[in-house]
Amino acid sequence: MKASQVNTGVSLKMSQSSQKFSSTGTQATRVIGVLAIVVMAWVVISGLVFTPADVVQGESVRIMYVHVPSAWIAYLAFIVTAIASSFYIFAKRHSLGFDRVAGASAEVGVMFMAITLITGSLWGRLTWGEFWQWDPRLTTTAFLFVTYIGYLAVRRLDGSIEQRARRSGVIALLAVLEIPLVHFSVVFWRSLHQRATILDPNGDVKMDGLMLFTLFSGVVAFTLVFAWLVLHRQRTMLLSDLSNERGLDNAILARQSENASN
Amino acid sequence: MQNAGFIFASYVLTIGAILLFAVVTLRRAKESAKLVEDKNKPWI
Repeated sequence: MKASQVNTGVSLKMSQSSQKFSSTGTQATRVIGVLAIVVMAWVVISGLVFTPADVVQGESVRIMYVHVPSAWIAYLAFIVTAIASSFYIFAKRHSLGFDRVAGASAEVGVMFMAITLITGSLWGRLTWGEFWQWDPRLTTTAFLFVTYIGYLAVRRLDGSIEQRARRSGVIALLAVLEIPLVHFSVVFWRSLHQRATILDPNGDVKMDGLMLFTLFSGVVAFTLVFAWLVLHRQRTMLLSDLSNERGLDNAILARQSENASN
Repeated sequence: MQNAGFIFASYVLTIGAILLFAVVTLRRAKESAKLVEDKNKPWI
């Protein structure tokens, strides 16, 4: 009997039995999801309608309410990836749960980084007249994006789950070092990109109250989206790891019984 | 509103990307959940 036949037989038997097969949602994820939709709706309405145009940037400032939060949440996601990876590598009990959180967080981070790059280039077209410039901030951000694409590619290499966790964990700990480089690139080099407005070291924030509130609402909305996606994704990874493991066990059993009958 | 196309595009792309990611994640979750019994799902 071939391994694929064994797998099909197992899944058929399972679907016919009285076992329950609930998905990855819980009460907590439902609450987070609803809150994310509500806050996101507020950001869209406030960002497009309620907030005023900026004195310098004009209407293009409205892009900032999605561009800046997406960049911050991408940083957060990559920091979570590094912390979870360090827990996997350095903790006595190498729990694969940390590896799955790291992987899920990196995937969500890559999505937010892509949003940052796209919305940033749209803003750049309006402000600088160009979609792209090889400016220090833009270049280092693109480099960060490509690094985490590489991280996700390494997670898909052949090998055991433990090998995946070790390889990707080391890369996550190195890749996170790029974040300060990206953030301070506007200070280290002469950059076309503006310096930090909110995270100004002097604490001098020159922003209208509603604009600032909308920006922080964007951060809250994207943080909720991040939490929701990571919870679902890491649970899906656990399910996928379990079913792959079972498939492998069944394939080994089939091979052993095949050898025994010969 | 000046440059409305660029501004709307940035919002549509942002929300579209998040929705796409969410739909793909939920679809994968649903497919994988059928292969594993509830007793192996620590969140239940």
